[in-house]
Amino acid sequence: MEIDWQAINLTLKLATISTLILLLIGTPIAWWLAKTQSVWKEIIGSIVALPLVLPPSVLGFYLLLMLSPDGFIGKLTLLMGIGTLPFTFPGLVVGSVIYSLPFVVQPVRNAFEAIGERPMEVAATLRTSPLKSFFQIALPLARPGLLTGTILGFAHTVGEFGVILMIGGNIPGETKVMSVAIYDHVESLEWEQAHILSAGMMVFAFLVIYAMYVLERHWGNLNK
Amino acid sequence: MTGLEVKLQHQFDEFELDVSFSVPACGITALFGHSGCGKTSILRAIAGLLKTQQGTISLNNNIWQKSNFFLAAHKRPIGYVFQEASLFSHMSVQQNLEYGWQQVPHRQRRLKLNDMVELLGISNLLKRTTQHLSGGERQRIAIARALLTSPELLLMDEPLSALDHDAKQTILPYLENLHDELGIPSLYVTHDPNEAARLANQMILLVDGKVAALGATAKLLTRLDLPLAAYDDAASILEGIISAHDSTYHLTWISMDSGRIAVSRENYPIGKIARVQIQARDVSLSRKFHSDTSIINILPVKVIDTHDINESQLIVQLELLDGQTILSRITRRSGITLDLKEGMHLYAQVKSVALIN
Repeated sequence: MEIDWQAINLTLKLATISTLILLLIGTPIAWWLAKTQSVWKEIIGSIVALPLVLPPSVLGFYLLLMLSPDGFIGKLTLLMGIGTLPFTFPGLVVGSVIYSLPFVVQPVRNAFEAIGERPMEVAATLRTSPLKSFFQIALPLARPGLLTGTILGFAHTVGEFGVILMIGGNIPGETKVMSVAIYDHVESLEWEQAHILSAGMMVFAFLVIYAMYVLERHWGNLNK
Repeated sequence: MTGLEVKLQHQFDEFELDVSFSVPACGITALFGHSGCGKTSILRAIAGLLKTQQGTISLNNNIWQKSNFFLAAHKRPIGYVFQEASLFSHMSVQQNLEYGWQQVPHRQRRLKLNDMVELLGISNLLKRTTQHLSGGERQRIAIARALLTSPELLLMDEPLSALDHDAKQTILPYLENLHDELGIPSLYVTHDPNEAARLANQMILLVDGKVAALGATAKLLTRLDLPLAAYDDAASILEGIISAHDSTYHLTWISMDSGRIAVSRENYPIGKIARVQIQARDVSLSRKFHSDTSIINILPVKVIDTHDINESQLIVQLELLDGQTILSRITRRSGITLDLKEGMHLYAQVKSVALIN
Protein backbone atom coordinates (compact mmCIF):
# COMPACT_ATOMS: atom_id res chain seq x y z
CA MET A 1 0.00 0.00 0.00
CA GLU A 2 1.44 3.30 -1.06
CA ILE A 3 0.46 6.42 0.81
CA ASP A 4 0.95 9.78 -0.82
CA TRP A 5 2.73 11.44 2.13
CA GLN A 6 3.91 14.34 0.02
CA ALA A 7 0.34 15.44 -0.72
CA ILE A 8 -0.74 14.90 2.90
CA ASN A 9 2.14 16.95 4.28
CA LEU A 10 1.55 19.71 1.79
CA THR A 11 -2.14 19.80 2.68
CA LEU A 12 -1.49 20.01 6.42
CA LYS A 13 1.17 22.69 5.90
CA LEU A 14 -1.20 24.73 3.72
CA ALA A 15 -4.07 24.36 6.20
CA THR A 16 -1.92 25.31 9.20
CA ILE A 17 -0.39 28.40 7.63
CA SER A 18 -3.73 29.48 6.14
CA THR A 19 -5.52 29.05 9.48
CA LEU A 20 -2.96 31.17 11.32
CA ILE A 21 -3.27 33.94 8.74
CA LEU A 22 -7.08 33.57 8.79
CA LEU A 23 -7.15 34.12 12.55
CA LEU A 24 -4.88 37.15 12.29
CA ILE A 25 -6.95 38.73 9.53
CA GLY A 26 -10.37 37.32 10.36
CA THR A 27 -10.50 38.30 14.05
CA PRO A 28 -10.13 42.06 13.48
CA ILE A 29 -12.62 41.89 10.60
CA ALA A 30 -15.06 39.97 12.81
CA TRP A 31 -14.60 42.53 15.62
CA TRP A 32 -15.20 45.40 13.24
CA LEU A 33 -18.30 43.74 11.76
CA ALA A 34 -19.65 43.01 15.27
CA LYS A 35 -19.11 46.53 16.61
CA THR A 36 -19.41 49.00 13.76
CA GLN A 37 -22.47 51.03 12.93
CA SER A 38 -20.94 52.11 9.64
CA VAL A 39 -22.99 51.93 6.44
CA TRP A 40 -20.22 49.72 5.06
CA LYS A 41 -20.99 47.01 7.60
CA GLU A 42 -23.33 44.94 5.43
CA ILE A 43 -21.35 45.56 2.25
CA ILE A 44 -18.06 44.37 3.75
CA GLY A 45 -19.90 41.54 5.49
CA SER A 46 -21.34 40.40 2.17
CA ILE A 47 -17.98 40.56 0.38
CA VAL A 48 -16.39 38.47 3.12
CA ALA A 49 -19.24 35.95 2.81
CA LEU A 50 -19.10 35.71 -1.01
CA PRO A 51 -17.01 32.49 -1.08
CA LEU A 52 -19.92 30.75 0.64
CA VAL A 53 -22.02 30.96 -2.50
CA LEU A 54 -19.57 31.52 -5.36
CA PRO A 55 -18.38 28.49 -7.32
CA PRO A 56 -14.71 28.00 -6.39
CA SER A 57 -13.82 28.10 -10.07
CA VAL A 58 -15.13 31.65 -10.36
CA LEU A 59 -13.08 32.73 -7.38
CA GLY A 60 -10.05 30.89 -8.73
CA PHE A 61 -10.46 32.44 -12.16
CA TYR A 62 -10.44 36.01 -10.88
CA LEU A 63 -7.63 35.26 -8.46
CA LEU A 64 -5.62 33.86 -11.34
CA LEU A 65 -6.20 37.03 -13.35
CA MET A 66 -5.28 39.28 -10.44
CA LEU A 67 -2.17 37.32 -9.49
CA SER A 68 -0.89 36.91 -13.06
CA PRO A 69 1.94 39.18 -14.34
CA ASP A 70 -0.63 41.49 -15.97
CA GLY A 71 -2.95 41.54 -12.94
CA PHE A 72 -3.12 44.17 -10.24
CA ILE A 73 -1.62 42.02 -7.48
CA GLY A 74 0.77 40.32 -9.92
CA LYS A 75 2.33 43.66 -10.86
CA LEU A 76 2.68 44.47 -7.19
CA THR A 77 4.38 41.17 -6.34
CA LEU A 78 6.70 41.54 -9.34
CA LEU A 79 7.57 45.04 -8.18
CA MET A 80 8.33 43.71 -4.71
CA GLY A 81 10.61 41.11 -6.25
CA ILE A 82 8.55 38.13 -5.10
CA GLY A 83 7.70 37.03 -8.63
CA THR A 84 4.21 35.93 -9.52
CA LEU A 85 2.10 33.78 -7.24
CA PRO A 86 0.07 31.45 -9.49
CA PHE A 87 1.33 27.86 -9.46
CA THR A 88 3.29 28.43 -6.24
CA PHE A 89 2.63 27.46 -2.63
CA PRO A 90 2.26 31.11 -1.47
CA GLY A 91 -0.33 31.51 -4.20
CA LEU A 92 -2.28 28.62 -2.66
CA VAL A 93 -2.11 30.32 0.74
CA VAL A 94 -3.57 33.53 -0.69
CA GLY A 95 -6.36 31.60 -2.40
CA SER A 96 -7.13 29.52 0.71
CA VAL A 97 -7.27 32.54 2.98
CA ILE A 98 -9.79 34.30 0.76
CA TYR A 99 -11.80 31.15 0.17
CA SER A 100 -12.03 30.17 3.88
CA LEU A 101 -12.42 33.67 5.31
CA PRO A 102 -16.19 33.48 5.94
CA PHE A 103 -15.76 30.22 7.85
CA VAL A 104 -13.56 32.02 10.37
CA VAL A 105 -15.18 35.46 10.38
CA GLN A 106 -18.76 34.26 10.89
CA PRO A 107 -18.35 32.25 14.12
CA VAL A 108 -15.95 34.78 15.62
CA ARG A 109 -18.29 37.64 14.74
CA ASN A 110 -21.21 35.74 16.32
CA ALA A 111 -19.16 35.20 19.47
CA PHE A 112 -18.25 38.88 19.71
CA GLU A 113 -21.88 39.85 19.19
CA ALA A 114 -23.02 37.38 21.85
CA ILE A 115 -20.66 38.91 24.41
CA GLY A 116 -22.36 42.28 23.93
CA GLU A 117 -21.12 45.67 25.04
CA ARG A 118 -21.35 45.10 28.77
CA PRO A 119 -18.06 43.28 29.58
CA MET A 120 -16.08 45.91 27.67
CA GLU A 121 -17.96 48.67 29.49
CA VAL A 122 -17.24 47.03 32.83
CA ALA A 123 -13.57 46.79 31.87
CA ALA A 124 -13.54 50.48 30.95
CA THR A 125 -14.97 51.43 34.34
CA LEU A 126 -12.20 49.27 35.86
CA ARG A 127 -9.64 51.58 34.18
CA THR A 128 -8.77 49.24 31.32
CA SER A 129 -7.95 50.70 27.90
CA PRO A 130 -9.97 49.40 24.94
CA LEU A 131 -6.95 47.61 23.42
CA LYS A 132 -6.08 45.89 26.67
CA SER A 133 -9.64 44.79 27.31
CA PHE A 134 -9.87 43.42 23.77
CA PHE A 135 -7.09 40.98 24.61
CA GLN A 136 -7.95 40.39 28.27
CA ILE A 137 -11.74 40.33 28.12
CA ALA A 138 -13.17 40.06 24.59
CA LEU A 139 -10.82 37.41 23.20
CA PRO A 140 -11.05 35.05 26.20
CA LEU A 141 -14.84 35.40 26.29
CA ALA A 142 -14.99 34.67 22.54
CA ARG A 143 -13.01 31.43 22.94
CA PRO A 144 -15.85 29.18 21.72
CA GLY A 145 -16.21 31.23 18.52
CA LEU A 146 -12.47 31.39 17.95
CA LEU A 147 -12.20 27.65 18.39
CA THR A 148 -15.06 26.97 15.98
CA GLY A 149 -13.50 29.39 13.50
CA THR A 150 -10.12 27.69 13.78
CA ILE A 151 -11.55 24.24 13.24
CA LEU A 152 -13.79 25.28 10.35
CA GLY A 153 -11.05 27.33 8.68
CA PHE A 154 -8.57 24.46 8.94
CA ALA A 155 -11.03 21.82 7.76
CA HIS A 156 -12.31 23.92 4.91
CA THR A 157 -8.78 24.59 3.67
CA VAL A 158 -7.99 20.87 3.82
CA GLY A 159 -11.05 20.15 1.71
CA GLU A 160 -10.63 22.82 -0.93
CA PHE A 161 -10.27 21.79 -4.54
CA GLY A 162 -11.58 24.18 -7.16
CA VAL A 163 -9.64 27.28 -6.24
CA ILE A 164 -6.43 25.29 -5.92
CA LEU A 165 -6.84 23.67 -9.29
CA MET A 166 -7.42 27.07 -10.90
CA ILE A 167 -4.48 28.93 -9.36
CA GLY A 168 -2.17 26.16 -8.19
CA GLY A 169 -2.39 23.55 -10.85
CA ASN A 170 -0.93 20.19 -10.06
CA ILE A 171 2.75 20.45 -9.19
CA PRO A 172 3.90 17.63 -6.85
CA GLY A 173 5.48 18.97 -3.67
CA GLU A 174 4.51 22.53 -4.53
CA THR A 175 0.78 22.72 -5.16
CA LYS A 176 -0.50 19.14 -5.34
CA VAL A 177 -2.63 18.82 -2.21
CA MET A 178 -4.77 15.83 -1.19
CA SER A 179 -7.96 16.80 -2.96
CA VAL A 180 -6.07 17.31 -6.21
CA ALA A 181 -4.16 14.08 -5.68
CA ILE A 182 -7.44 12.18 -5.28
CA TYR A 183 -8.68 13.65 -8.54
CA ASP A 184 -5.45 12.60 -10.25
CA HIS A 185 -5.66 9.07 -8.91
CA VAL A 186 -9.22 8.70 -10.12
CA GLU A 187 -8.29 10.07 -13.55
CA SER A 188 -5.53 7.49 -13.84
CA LEU A 189 -7.84 4.75 -12.52
CA GLU A 190 -5.71 4.21 -9.39
CA TRP A 191 -8.70 3.31 -7.24
CA GLU A 192 -6.75 2.04 -4.27
CA GLN A 193 -4.77 5.25 -3.76
CA ALA A 194 -7.92 7.27 -4.24
CA HIS A 195 -9.63 5.13 -1.59
CA ILE A 196 -6.85 5.59 0.96
CA LEU A 197 -6.86 9.36 0.71
CA SER A 198 -10.64 9.67 0.46
CA ALA A 199 -11.35 7.41 3.42
CA GLY A 200 -8.76 9.34 5.40
CA MET A 201 -10.55 12.55 4.52
CA MET A 202 -13.89 11.08 5.61
CA VAL A 203 -12.53 10.10 9.01
CA PHE A 204 -10.82 13.46 9.37
CA ALA A 205 -13.99 15.37 8.48
CA PHE A 206 -16.08 13.37 10.93
CA LEU A 207 -13.61 13.90 13.76
CA VAL A 208 -13.51 17.63 13.09
CA ILE A 209 -17.27 18.05 13.16
CA TYR A 210 -17.62 15.77 16.18
CA ALA A 211 -14.92 17.63 18.11
CA MET A 212 -16.67 20.89 17.34
CA TYR A 213 -20.04 19.73 18.65
CA VAL A 214 -18.49 18.33 21.82
CA LEU A 215 -16.54 21.51 22.46
CA GLU A 216 -19.52 23.75 21.76
CA ARG A 217 -21.53 21.79 24.27
CA HIS A 218 -18.74 22.03 26.82
CA TRP A 219 -18.44 25.81 26.43
CA GLY A 220 -22.19 26.18 26.44
CA ASN A 221 -22.39 24.50 29.83
CA LEU A 222 -19.55 26.60 31.19
CA ASN A 223 -21.17 29.86 30.23
CA LYS A 224 -24.45 29.09 31.93
CA MET B 1 -16.06 74.66 43.19
CA THR B 2 -15.56 71.23 44.63
CA GLY B 3 -18.15 68.62 43.92
CA LEU B 4 -19.72 67.10 40.88
CA GLU B 5 -20.93 69.47 38.18
CA VAL B 6 -23.10 68.01 35.47
CA LYS B 7 -24.74 69.69 32.50
CA LEU B 8 -26.03 67.41 29.77
CA GLN B 9 -28.15 67.64 26.67
CA HIS B 10 -28.96 64.74 24.41
CA GLN B 11 -31.77 64.00 22.00
CA PHE B 12 -32.78 60.34 22.22
CA ASP B 13 -35.35 58.75 19.90
CA GLU B 14 -38.10 58.92 22.49
CA PHE B 15 -37.16 61.82 24.72
CA GLU B 16 -34.80 64.66 25.33
CA LEU B 17 -32.37 64.68 28.21
CA ASP B 18 -31.65 68.17 29.46
CA VAL B 19 -30.24 68.36 32.95
CA SER B 20 -27.99 70.59 34.93
CA PHE B 21 -27.08 70.01 38.56
CA SER B 22 -24.23 70.13 40.98
CA VAL B 23 -23.84 68.11 44.14
CA PRO B 24 -21.17 68.41 46.81
CA ALA B 25 -18.56 65.67 46.76
CA CYS B 26 -19.79 63.94 49.88
CA GLY B 27 -22.59 61.67 50.92
CA ILE B 28 -24.90 59.57 48.79
CA THR B 29 -27.09 61.33 46.25
CA ALA B 30 -30.05 59.43 44.87
CA LEU B 31 -30.89 59.96 41.22
CA PHE B 32 -34.56 59.20 41.47
CA GLY B 33 -37.25 58.82 38.84
CA HIS B 34 -39.43 56.43 36.88
CA SER B 35 -37.87 54.10 34.33
CA GLY B 36 -37.21 55.88 31.07
CA CYS B 37 -36.70 59.30 32.64
CA GLY B 38 -33.00 59.32 31.81
CA LYS B 39 -31.37 58.41 35.13
CA THR B 40 -29.21 55.66 33.69
CA SER B 41 -28.19 57.83 30.74
CA ILE B 42 -26.95 60.49 33.16
CA LEU B 43 -24.93 57.93 35.06
CA ARG B 44 -23.47 56.52 31.83
CA ALA B 45 -22.56 60.00 30.65
CA ILE B 46 -20.76 60.72 33.92
CA ALA B 47 -18.88 57.42 33.59
CA GLY B 48 -17.91 58.21 30.00
CA LEU B 49 -19.87 55.29 28.57
CA LEU B 50 -22.25 57.62 26.75
CA LYS B 51 -21.11 60.67 24.83
CA THR B 52 -23.93 63.19 24.95
CA GLN B 53 -24.42 65.69 22.14
CA GLN B 54 -23.76 68.55 24.53
CA GLY B 55 -22.27 68.30 27.95
CA THR B 56 -19.99 69.56 30.65
CA ILE B 57 -18.93 67.25 33.45
CA SER B 58 -16.38 67.92 36.13
CA LEU B 59 -15.49 66.50 39.52
CA ASN B 60 -13.64 68.77 41.96
CA ASN B 61 -12.66 71.02 39.06
CA ASN B 62 -11.20 68.17 37.02
CA ILE B 63 -12.96 68.40 33.68
CA TRP B 64 -14.16 65.10 32.20
CA GLN B 65 -16.21 66.50 29.35
CA LYS B 66 -16.49 69.98 27.92
CA SER B 67 -17.37 71.06 24.35
CA ASN B 68 -15.10 68.86 22.22
CA PHE B 69 -13.08 67.44 25.08
CA PHE B 70 -14.08 63.96 26.21
CA LEU B 71 -12.07 62.01 28.76
CA ALA B 72 -12.22 58.29 27.93
CA ALA B 73 -14.13 56.14 30.42
CA HIS B 74 -11.05 54.22 31.55
CA LYS B 75 -9.32 57.45 32.50
CA ARG B 76 -12.07 58.65 34.85
CA PRO B 77 -11.55 57.86 38.55
CA ILE B 78 -14.98 56.32 39.02
CA GLY B 79 -16.37 53.05 40.26
CA TYR B 80 -19.47 51.76 38.46
CA VAL B 81 -21.91 49.15 39.70
CA PHE B 82 -24.25 47.95 36.95
CA GLN B 83 -27.79 46.66 37.36
CA GLU B 84 -26.63 43.12 36.72
CA ALA B 85 -23.37 42.22 38.44
CA SER B 86 -21.66 41.58 35.06
CA LEU B 87 -18.80 39.57 36.51
CA PHE B 88 -16.21 38.31 34.02
CA SER B 89 -17.19 34.68 33.52
CA HIS B 90 -13.70 33.58 32.48
CA MET B 91 -12.18 34.63 35.80
CA SER B 92 -12.52 33.45 39.38
CA VAL B 93 -14.10 35.68 42.01
CA GLN B 94 -10.67 36.75 43.24
CA GLN B 95 -9.44 37.52 39.70
CA ASN B 96 -12.56 39.62 39.17
CA LEU B 97 -11.82 41.57 42.35
CA GLU B 98 -8.17 42.09 41.47
CA TYR B 99 -8.84 43.08 37.87
CA GLY B 100 -9.54 46.77 38.39
CA TRP B 101 -7.19 46.98 41.38
CA GLN B 102 -4.27 45.92 39.17
CA GLN B 103 -4.93 48.68 36.64
CA VAL B 104 -4.58 51.38 39.29
CA PRO B 105 -1.06 52.67 40.06
CA HIS B 106 0.30 51.55 43.44
CA ARG B 107 0.20 54.89 45.20
CA GLN B 108 -3.45 55.45 44.18
CA ARG B 109 -4.61 52.21 45.80
CA ARG B 110 -6.27 53.46 48.97
CA LEU B 111 -8.48 50.45 49.56
CA LYS B 112 -7.19 46.96 50.24
CA LEU B 113 -8.57 43.71 48.93
CA ASN B 114 -8.91 42.15 52.36
CA ASP B 115 -10.78 45.14 53.77
CA MET B 116 -13.29 45.23 50.90
CA VAL B 117 -13.79 41.48 51.06
CA GLU B 118 -14.54 41.79 54.75
CA LEU B 119 -16.71 44.88 54.36
CA LEU B 120 -18.93 43.07 51.86
CA GLY B 121 -18.81 39.66 53.53
CA ILE B 122 -17.45 37.72 50.57
CA SER B 123 -14.27 36.20 52.02
CA ASN B 124 -15.61 32.67 51.65
CA LEU B 125 -16.25 33.15 47.92
CA LEU B 126 -12.78 34.18 46.73
CA LYS B 127 -11.73 30.82 45.28
CA ARG B 128 -15.04 30.17 43.56
CA THR B 129 -15.82 30.55 39.86
CA THR B 130 -18.51 33.05 38.96
CA GLN B 131 -21.00 30.31 38.09
CA HIS B 132 -23.39 29.11 40.81
CA LEU B 133 -23.29 32.31 42.87
CA SER B 134 -26.51 33.82 44.14
CA GLY B 135 -27.64 37.18 42.77
CA GLY B 136 -26.83 38.88 46.06
CA GLU B 137 -23.34 37.38 46.18
CA ARG B 138 -22.63 38.43 42.59
CA GLN B 139 -23.69 42.00 43.27
CA ARG B 140 -21.60 42.23 46.44
CA ILE B 141 -18.57 41.02 44.46
CA ALA B 142 -19.30 43.60 41.76
CA ILE B 143 -19.47 46.35 44.38
CA ALA B 144 -16.17 45.26 45.94
CA ARG B 145 -14.60 45.08 42.47
CA ALA B 146 -15.67 48.64 41.70
CA LEU B 147 -14.45 49.91 45.08
CA LEU B 148 -11.03 48.32 44.64
CA THR B 149 -10.16 50.88 41.96
CA SER B 150 -10.26 53.40 44.86
CA PRO B 151 -12.71 55.61 43.00
CA GLU B 152 -13.25 59.29 43.73
CA LEU B 153 -16.90 58.87 42.78
CA LEU B 154 -19.01 55.74 43.03
CA LEU B 155 -21.81 55.35 40.47
CA MET B 156 -24.48 52.75 41.19
CA ASP B 157 -27.20 51.95 38.66
CA GLU B 158 -30.08 50.31 40.52
CA PRO B 159 -27.76 47.69 41.99
CA LEU B 160 -30.61 46.02 43.86
CA SER B 161 -33.31 46.02 41.21
CA ALA B 162 -32.43 42.61 39.77
CA LEU B 163 -32.54 40.98 43.22
CA ASP B 164 -35.40 39.41 45.12
CA HIS B 165 -36.70 40.91 48.32
CA ASP B 166 -34.54 38.83 50.67
CA ALA B 167 -31.34 39.49 48.77
CA LYS B 168 -32.17 43.21 48.78
CA GLN B 169 -32.59 43.19 52.54
CA THR B 170 -29.23 41.47 53.02
CA ILE B 171 -27.35 43.91 50.77
CA LEU B 172 -28.90 47.15 52.03
CA PRO B 173 -26.98 47.13 55.33
CA TYR B 174 -23.73 46.64 53.40
CA LEU B 175 -24.53 49.66 51.25
CA GLU B 176 -25.44 51.75 54.30
CA ASN B 177 -22.19 50.67 55.88
CA LEU B 178 -20.13 51.52 52.82
CA HIS B 179 -20.61 55.19 53.11
CA ASP B 180 -19.98 55.34 56.84
CA GLU B 181 -16.78 53.33 56.43
CA LEU B 182 -15.34 54.74 53.23
CA GLY B 183 -16.90 58.15 52.70
CA ILE B 184 -16.74 57.87 48.91
CA PRO B 185 -19.24 60.27 47.35
CA SER B 186 -21.83 58.28 45.47
CA LEU B 187 -24.58 58.68 42.92
CA TYR B 188 -27.25 56.06 43.37
CA VAL B 189 -29.83 55.52 40.64
CA THR B 190 -33.13 54.12 41.88
CA HIS B 191 -36.85 54.17 41.26
CA ASP B 192 -37.62 52.91 44.77
CA PRO B 193 -38.35 55.73 47.24
CA ASN B 194 -37.59 53.44 50.18
CA GLU B 195 -34.09 52.73 48.89
CA ALA B 196 -33.53 56.42 48.35
CA ALA B 197 -34.80 57.17 51.85
CA ARG B 198 -32.62 54.55 53.46
CA LEU B 199 -29.40 55.30 51.62
CA ALA B 200 -29.32 58.83 50.33
CA ASN B 201 -28.95 62.07 52.23
CA GLN B 202 -29.66 64.05 49.08
CA MET B 203 -31.88 63.42 46.16
CA ILE B 204 -32.26 64.55 42.57
CA LEU B 205 -35.77 64.00 41.29
CA LEU B 206 -35.96 63.47 37.53
CA VAL B 207 -39.11 63.76 35.45
CA ASP B 208 -39.02 63.24 31.68
CA GLY B 209 -35.33 63.94 31.29
CA LYS B 210 -35.36 67.10 33.40
CA VAL B 211 -34.42 67.81 37.00
CA ALA B 212 -37.70 68.43 38.84
CA ALA B 213 -36.14 68.99 42.26
CA LEU B 214 -32.87 68.64 44.14
CA GLY B 215 -32.32 68.72 47.86
CA ALA B 216 -32.15 66.86 51.14
CA THR B 217 -33.96 63.53 50.90
CA ALA B 218 -36.06 64.17 53.99
CA LYS B 219 -37.29 67.46 52.54
CA LEU B 220 -38.02 66.18 49.04
CA LEU B 221 -39.94 63.18 50.31
CA THR B 222 -42.41 65.44 52.11
CA ARG B 223 -42.86 68.14 49.47
CA LEU B 224 -46.45 68.10 48.30
CA ASP B 225 -45.68 69.73 44.96
CA LEU B 226 -43.64 66.65 43.94
CA PRO B 227 -45.09 63.27 42.95
CA LEU B 228 -43.34 61.41 45.80
CA ALA B 229 -45.81 62.44 48.50
CA ALA B 230 -48.72 61.06 46.51
CA TYR B 231 -47.29 57.53 46.27
CA ASP B 232 -49.15 54.78 48.12
CA ASP B 233 -46.05 54.09 50.17
CA ALA B 234 -45.11 57.73 50.68
CA ALA B 235 -42.97 58.09 53.76
CA SER B 236 -40.92 60.62 55.63
CA ILE B 237 -37.59 60.51 57.41
CA LEU B 238 -36.77 61.90 60.85
CA GLU B 239 -33.34 62.21 62.34
CA GLY B 240 -32.52 62.04 66.05
CA ILE B 241 -30.05 60.68 68.55
CA ILE B 242 -30.24 57.34 70.33
CA SER B 243 -30.79 58.50 73.91
CA ALA B 244 -31.83 55.52 75.99
CA HIS B 245 -32.56 51.81 75.99
CA ASP B 246 -35.52 50.57 77.98
CA SER B 247 -34.83 47.01 79.09
CA THR B 248 -38.19 46.51 80.84
CA TYR B 249 -40.26 47.03 77.68
CA HIS B 250 -37.48 46.33 75.23
CA LEU B 251 -37.54 49.73 73.55
CA THR B 252 -34.96 52.16 72.24
CA TRP B 253 -35.64 55.86 72.59
CA ILE B 254 -34.59 58.36 69.95
CA SER B 255 -34.50 62.00 70.97
CA MET B 256 -35.11 64.99 68.76
CA ASP B 257 -35.44 68.64 69.69
CA SER B 258 -39.14 68.23 68.99
CA GLY B 259 -39.82 65.19 71.17
CA ARG B 260 -38.82 61.57 71.39
CA ILE B 261 -39.70 58.41 69.54
CA ALA B 262 -39.65 54.81 70.69
CA VAL B 263 -38.74 51.90 68.45
CA SER B 264 -38.25 48.21 69.18
CA ARG B 265 -34.96 47.75 70.96
CA GLU B 266 -31.86 47.90 68.78
CA ASN B 267 -28.35 47.56 70.12
CA TYR B 268 -26.99 50.86 68.93
CA PRO B 269 -24.72 52.93 71.17
CA ILE B 270 -26.21 55.86 73.03
CA GLY B 271 -25.41 59.11 71.25
CA LYS B 272 -25.42 57.61 67.74
CA ILE B 273 -27.32 59.53 65.09
CA ALA B 274 -30.37 57.55 64.02
CA ARG B 275 -32.79 57.94 61.14
CA VAL B 276 -36.30 56.60 61.24
CA GLN B 277 -38.78 56.12 58.44
CA ILE B 278 -42.47 56.83 58.97
CA GLN B 279 -45.09 55.79 56.42
CA ALA B 280 -47.65 58.53 55.73
CA ARG B 281 -50.50 56.05 56.17
CA ASP B 282 -49.26 55.18 59.68
CA VAL B 283 -49.73 58.74 60.91
CA SER B 284 -53.13 59.83 62.24
CA LEU B 285 -54.02 63.30 63.53
CA SER B 286 -55.94 64.58 66.52
CA ARG B 287 -56.69 68.02 67.94
CA LYS B 288 -56.04 66.99 71.55
CA PHE B 289 -53.25 65.01 73.17
CA HIS B 290 -54.61 61.56 73.98
CA SER B 291 -52.91 59.57 76.70
CA ASP B 292 -55.64 56.90 76.61
CA THR B 293 -54.31 55.22 73.49
CA SER B 294 -52.03 52.32 72.58
CA ILE B 295 -49.88 54.64 70.50
CA ILE B 296 -46.60 55.63 72.17
CA ASN B 297 -45.25 58.04 69.62
CA ILE B 298 -47.25 61.24 69.69
CA LEU B 299 -45.63 64.39 68.37
CA PRO B 300 -46.90 67.97 68.43
CA VAL B 301 -47.04 69.29 64.86
CA LYS B 302 -48.15 72.25 62.78
CA VAL B 303 -50.04 71.88 59.49
CA ILE B 304 -48.04 73.31 56.59
CA ASP B 305 -50.04 72.23 53.60
CA THR B 306 -52.59 69.70 52.37
CA HIS B 307 -53.11 68.10 49.01
CA ASP B 308 -55.89 65.86 47.71
CA ILE B 309 -54.57 62.58 46.32
CA ASN B 310 -57.88 61.22 45.06
CA GLU B 311 -61.58 61.54 45.82
CA SER B 312 -61.28 59.95 49.22
CA GLN B 313 -57.80 60.68 50.52
CA LEU B 314 -55.55 63.61 51.16
CA ILE B 315 -51.98 64.05 52.25
CA VAL B 316 -50.98 66.50 54.98
CA GLN B 317 -47.52 68.02 55.32
CA LEU B 318 -46.68 68.58 58.97
CA GLU B 319 -43.83 70.39 60.64
CA LEU B 320 -42.34 69.32 63.96
CA LEU B 321 -41.19 71.88 66.49
CA ASP B 322 -37.59 71.48 65.28
CA GLY B 323 -38.47 72.10 61.64
CA GLN B 324 -38.39 68.46 60.43
CA THR B 325 -41.38 67.46 58.31
CA ILE B 326 -43.54 64.36 58.19
CA LEU B 327 -46.51 63.29 56.11
CA SER B 328 -49.89 62.03 57.15
CA ARG B 329 -52.30 60.35 54.80
CA ILE B 330 -55.92 60.59 55.99
CA THR B 331 -59.37 60.52 54.46
CA ARG B 332 -60.83 63.73 53.11
CA ARG B 333 -63.74 63.15 55.45
CA SER B 334 -61.37 63.25 58.46
CA GLY B 335 -59.81 66.39 57.05
CA ILE B 336 -63.17 68.11 57.09
CA THR B 337 -64.02 66.81 60.58
CA LEU B 338 -60.71 68.16 61.88
CA ASP B 339 -61.30 71.38 59.97
CA LEU B 340 -57.70 71.31 58.72
CA LYS B 341 -56.13 74.70 58.12
CA GLU B 342 -52.61 75.85 57.44
CA GLY B 343 -50.78 76.78 60.63
CA MET B 344 -53.08 74.72 62.80
CA HIS B 345 -51.47 72.88 65.75
CA LEU B 346 -52.25 69.18 66.07
CA TYR B 347 -50.89 65.95 67.49
CA ALA B 348 -49.50 63.35 65.10
CA GLN B 349 -50.04 59.83 66.35
CA VAL B 350 -47.44 57.57 64.76
CA LYS B 351 -48.47 53.95 64.74
CA SER B 352 -45.28 52.46 63.36
CA VAL B 353 -41.70 53.64 63.10
CA ALA B 354 -38.85 51.87 61.33
CA LEU B 355 -35.28 52.55 62.36
CA ILE B 356 -33.30 52.66 59.10
CA ASN B 357 -29.76 53.19 60.32
